[in-house]
Parts: sequence; structure tokens; C-alpha cells
Amino acid sequence: MTEVTAPQTQAREAGTQTLTMAKALNAGLRRAMEDDAKVVLMGEDIGKLGGVFRITDGLQRDFGEGRVIDTPLAESGIVGTAIGMALRGYRPVCEIQFDGFVFPAADQIITQLAKMRLRSLGKVELPVVVRIPCGGGIGAVEHHSESPEAYFAHTAGLRVVACANPVDAYWMIQQAIACPDPVIFFEPKRRYWDKAVVDPEVPAAPMGDARVVREGTDATLLAYGPMVKTCLEAAEADERSLEVVDLRSLSPLDTETLFASVRKTGRCVVVHEAPVFGGLGGEIAARVTESCFYHLEAPVLRVGGFATPYPASRLEDHYLPDLDRILDAVDRTCAW
Amino acid sequence: MTVDAHTARDAELVQLLTPEGERLEHPDYPLNLSDQQLRELYRDLVIVRALDLESVALTRRGELGLWPSLLGQEAAQIGSGRALGAADMVFPTYREHGVAYCRGLPWLDILKLFRGVNHAGWDPKEFGFHLYTIVIGSQTLHATGYAMGIQRDAHAIAEKGETAIGDAALAYFGDGATSQGDVNESFVWAAVYNAPLVFFCQNNQWAISEPLERQTRIPLYRRAQGFGFPGVRVDGNDVLACLAVTRRALDRARTGEGPSLIEAFTYRMGAHTTTDDPTRYRHSDELEAWKLKDPIARVKAYLSRTGLANAAFFEEVEAQVAEAVVELRAACLALPDPPPQAIFQHVYAAPHRLLEEEQAAYETYLAGFHD
Ligand SMILES: Cc1ncc(C[n+]2csc(CCOP(=O)(O)OP(=O)(O)O)c2C)c(N)n1
Repeated sequence: MTEVTAPQTQAREAGTQTLTMAKALNAGLRRAMEDDAKVVLMGEDIGKLGGVFRITDGLQRDFGEGRVIDTPLAESGIVGTAIGMALRGYRPVCEIQFDGFVFPAADQIITQLAKMRLRSLGKVELPVVVRIPCGGGIGAVEHHSESPEAYFAHTAGLRVVACANPVDAYWMIQQAIACPDPVIFFEPKRRYWDKAVVDPEVPAAPMGDARVVREGTDATLLAYGPMVKTCLEAAEADERSLEVVDLRSLSPLDTETLFASVRKTGRCVVVHEAPVFGGLGGEIAARVTESCFYHLEAPVLRVGGFATPYPASRLEDHYLPDLDRILDAVDRTCAW
Repeated sequence: MTVDAHTARDAELVQLLTPEGERLEHPDYPLNLSDQQLRELYRDLVIVRALDLESVALTRRGELGLWPSLLGQEAAQIGSGRALGAADMVFPTYREHGVAYCRGLPWLDILKLFRGVNHAGWDPKEFGFHLYTIVIGSQTLHATGYAMGIQRDAHAIAEKGETAIGDAALAYFGDGATSQGDVNESFVWAAVYNAPLVFFCQNNQWAISEPLERQTRIPLYRRAQGFGFPGVRVDGNDVLACLAVTRRALDRARTGEGPSLIEAFTYRMGAHTTTDDPTRYRHSDELEAWKLKDPIARVKAYLSRTGLANAAFFEEVEAQVAEAVVELRAACLALPDPPPQAIFQHVYAAPHRLLEEEQAAYETYLAGFHD
């Protein structure tokens, strides 16, 4: 891997680079900040430390404390003041340190951020991004490994996206910042250190589009964020021909791409880390059933977390969907 | 030892006009208004009281779903509202009709919200008056972030070698709201960033049925000290004092001295909203005592006693008010219901697959009822 050191110009002028997802996010934020002086970052420890995952590494040094703001420890404050900054014409990007700490900000996100545009009949725009490192698999203590996406996807007025690889991370963060609507941006923390080649000249698809990341004919695996890679590994390990679709956008869903895949394969398994009950998998299964009923060879199955709080880390391998649990579901759908 | 939070002690209270209509001077809050300005303040007070009472009446007739009355709080709102500059931004709760009036927002726009035509709908930038906020305390954080934006704008202008006009933000909230996390978070933020912001708490003694002692053991304005900025208690029924104190706080904000907290000590004369029944939780003698401190009567007494206004002026105001009330009622009754498509509008700025799908499906469904 090429270590990137040049502060101002990282990916853009250096051309194609191999970057971790963490570095790709950093480069994407940097580019957005260079392109638009109204982009400001806000969060706990994001300045000198560069964030606990170093996503904002070096940005305060290069853009100053006025644009990379170390905030008091108050999540409602972070999102609430970001709303105020957006009302004044800024484009704030908030970092929530860990998924389990977004709940103090849930009030501002759900009651204010999501609804203000509608309440003003379109006169107020809130181009606020809330970045949330999400999901488990890193052996953390409690409140550090959750998957709260369904709460936000259920909230009209928000857009919810999840990146799954460095290329998407680099582009989607810029698209989210450019978006005139509020975006909840999920970053699968256990994929922060995955590497890929990022070409700053070739944009990824719009963040609202799903993408077929592996073609197949026997069954479709629908996944997003951290589970995309797990599904790809499962598909590689299996002798059947499995198609893997990365949803990328959780709200709104790119149902056309999902339906096209399911119509082709006739079988569908939805995979996420969040508890199955009340999760996005249920919504997706219902929509696939409604729209692809005559193409389905079997009911849509779901694989995900249990109806428990995220377990202690010594148990997370049981909680998180792995290759075996995914392929077990594929066995069941194919045996129908 | 705790200090009694519940009585307005004279030593603590900034007052420029007594309930009897006597003009006082305060060394920290000099105020020089022209005769004309004094009369206009009276006119403002009378008009907003009348429009407020008419809004209550409209609710009683079933024309509005709810109305939070400002009765008794006119001086706090007009005094602070008239202290604002054109470029300042107000972040109100749901009761700041008097401030809205000062900002030029048509009263009808407020009625639309309470009639259920929309959830607000005005352009905050046009009036320097943000949307009403129902969730208690949320808007104080928006005001803080906005004030941080003002600071950054000023910095950018200064870098170009020009001088920025100091804008400020003004956040309103009630005594009950001071218990909310968001309000306390906004105090922390405003203090550590030295934000150009004024916190204006209308302590009307009650949060629905909960009295002030359910929210605090110290006078609210003293909380500011713990966060590191000045706090002041003003007679909230004294329009002159509210004006002077708010002006001073806005000046501080504009000149980089940071936030302040104003506690306007006042009283909610009516019910919390039209669905509330204050007889269940408060004594009528309390109301009677506060009636003696009425914010309008004292200005009228002052204007009459000093000869600044005569009977003809008071009659003219009455006539203007009567006309405004009739107009408001007619305009309210004429408000049409929005079309069903309005449900889907303005949720997102960019096209949204799901919403387009749902709207199309619902329109097809509705079309099935024709012919
Ligand atoms: C977060 C929240 N909790 C509860 C309510 C319901 N509620 C509406 S007004 C109110 C009392 C507020 O009292 P205060 O802050 O003193 O303001 P006032 O209405 O007296 O002006 C309550 C409990 C609300 N709107 N928001």
C-alpha cells in the first residue's frame, strides 16, 4: 500500500491510490473541504487526534479549528448546532464517535433534522451529514458495535446510506456532503482497514443506487455495509452461482436493482448485522415478495442478529452472520 | 443555602417602569426613547394582545386545533422583539407570537400552523424568525449553531479586510425548558465558543401544571454564572426594561463579548394552551396578584400621566385593533385545506424513489373515485 503523506492533495493529484476505507474517507472529506469552504466537520476528538478511528486525521491541521471543530461531549449538541450552522449556510459533517452513542442525538435527528425542510415548505435546506461508525466484529465493549440503521431508515426526511468498500467510501462521503438533504452515513468499522484501489477521476455510482457486486444465477444475497464482504466471501466459498447485491442506499432503497436481481435468480436472502426482528430485512422481504411474487421459487429469507442487545465480544462470532449462517439460508431457499 | 427562585426581589430585578406607570432609571440600562417610540410600543402591546385573544376565540369556535396564548407576556415579547436588528435571527418556541409580530411575520402564517394547514411554512430568512419549535428546548441548539455560523462569516469577512456587521441570534424558551438537556448543552456550547447569542427565558412561572419549583432551586438567571456568562433578571411585564436589557445583551453578542441569559420574570395569565385547565393546579389569588402588574396598563398609565398620549390616540389604537381582529378572523376562515399531494411535497430536496412511488400510487387510488 502506498502511504499517503502529501497533506493538501492526497488522492486527487496523486492519481490512483491503494487506500484503506479509513484513508479513503479521509481523502473524500479533504476533497469536499477543498471544494467548498462551507464544509465544516464537528465531533468529539476529531481535531488533533483525528477521531478515534483517525478518519479526520490531519484535517484540523490543514483547515484550522474553525472548520474542524472539536466539540463538547454532547451528541444532541453536535447535531443540534450542526442544524443551526446549516441554517446559516454551512454544510456540517458530524461525527458520532460510535453507533451506540447516537441516541442522545436521536431527538435532534428525528424531530428536527428530518422534518425542518417539510415544515418550512421547502424554504429551509439542511445539508447535514451524520457519520456513524457502525456494526461489530472488532471486539469492543458494549455500545460500540451496534446497527441502528432501521431507526433512521424508518424516519422520513432522512437519507440513509452505508458504504462497504474504500471506493464507495471515497465517493459516497462526497456525494453525501453535496446532497441537499440530511444524510445518515454509516461506516462499517470493521472494514475501515480494508484496502482497494481508488481512482479520484472515476466517480462511483450515485449514492442512491444499489450495485450488483457479484453476478450469479442461483440465488441473490442482498446486503449492505459490513455484510457485503461477508456475503462475497460466502458466494466465493459456495459451488452454487450466487449473486451479491450491495444496497448502498438504505433509504430510499434502489428497489429496481434488487428486484431485477431477484427476478433473475428467483431466490433471495437478505443479510444484515442488526437484529432480524423489525430490521430492514423485513421491509426488503416484503417489497421483494410484493413485486417479484411470480418470479420467486421460495420465500425470502433473512439472516441477521438475534433479538438481543449486542452481546459481549466473546460471543459476537455467534451473533454476527458468518459464511455458514448465510450459506445455511441459501441451502434452505434452494431446497424449497 | 438556596435562594428563593420564586419571588422577584427588587434588588435582583431590572425595572424601568413600575406597575403604577412610574419611570425608573437603572445605572446599567439607560434607555432613551422618543415619545413616538413609546406610543408605538403601546400600540404593539395592544395589538398583539388583541390578536392573541382573537386566536383563542377562533380556537373556541373550532377554527384552530390549539392555541398557546401569550396573554400576560406581551411586554417580554415586544420589549425583546423591538431590540432586535434586521439581520438578527430569532429562534422561538411556539408562544412567541409577539416577537413574530415584531419581525413582520403575518399572524395568519402562525394560524396556519395551529389550524393544521401546514407545520409552519414561512421563510425564516425573510423574517429573521425561525420556525416555531414544539419540542422543548431544541431550538436553543439551533440558535447556538447559527451563532457559530455568524462567527465564521465574520471571520471570513475580516480576512478580506472588511468589517462585518455584527449579527446575533436570540433564542427564546420557557422556565420548564431550562430543565432540558438541550438547553444546558446549548449553554455549554455558547459559552465555550463565545457565541454571539442571547438566551431569553420567559419565566411565566408554570410549565403546563408544573410550577417553577419543579424546575429549579435557584433563580434561573443565576444558572448562567455556572456556565460562564452573565445572567440578568428583568421585570418581564415591563416593556421598557425588557427592551433595554435585550439591547444590551445583543450589543455584547455583536461586539464579541459572547452569550448572555435574560430571565424575564413574568406570568402566563391564560391557560397553557386552549386545551389546558389552570383552575386544576393554580389559585385564583395568584392570578389576581399578577393582574396588578399588567404589562399594558402600566404603559397606558405612563403615557396618560405624562401627557405623551391623549384620548384620541388611545381611540385610534382601539379602532386599528378592532379592524385587525376582523381581518384576521376573515382570513382564517378563508384558509383553504391543502391538496392531498401536499403530503408528499418538500420532504426532500432531491428526487426520492419511494416517495414518488407512493405519491403516484395514491393519486391513482384517488382517481379511482372520480366518475
Ligand atoms: C420534549 C417535550 N416534552 C414535553 C412537551 C409537552 N409540553 C409542551 S409545552 C410544555 C411546558 C413547557 O413549559 P415552559 O418551558 O415553561 O414554556 P411555556 O409553555 O410555559 O411558555 C410541555 C411539557 C414538549 N412539547 N416537548
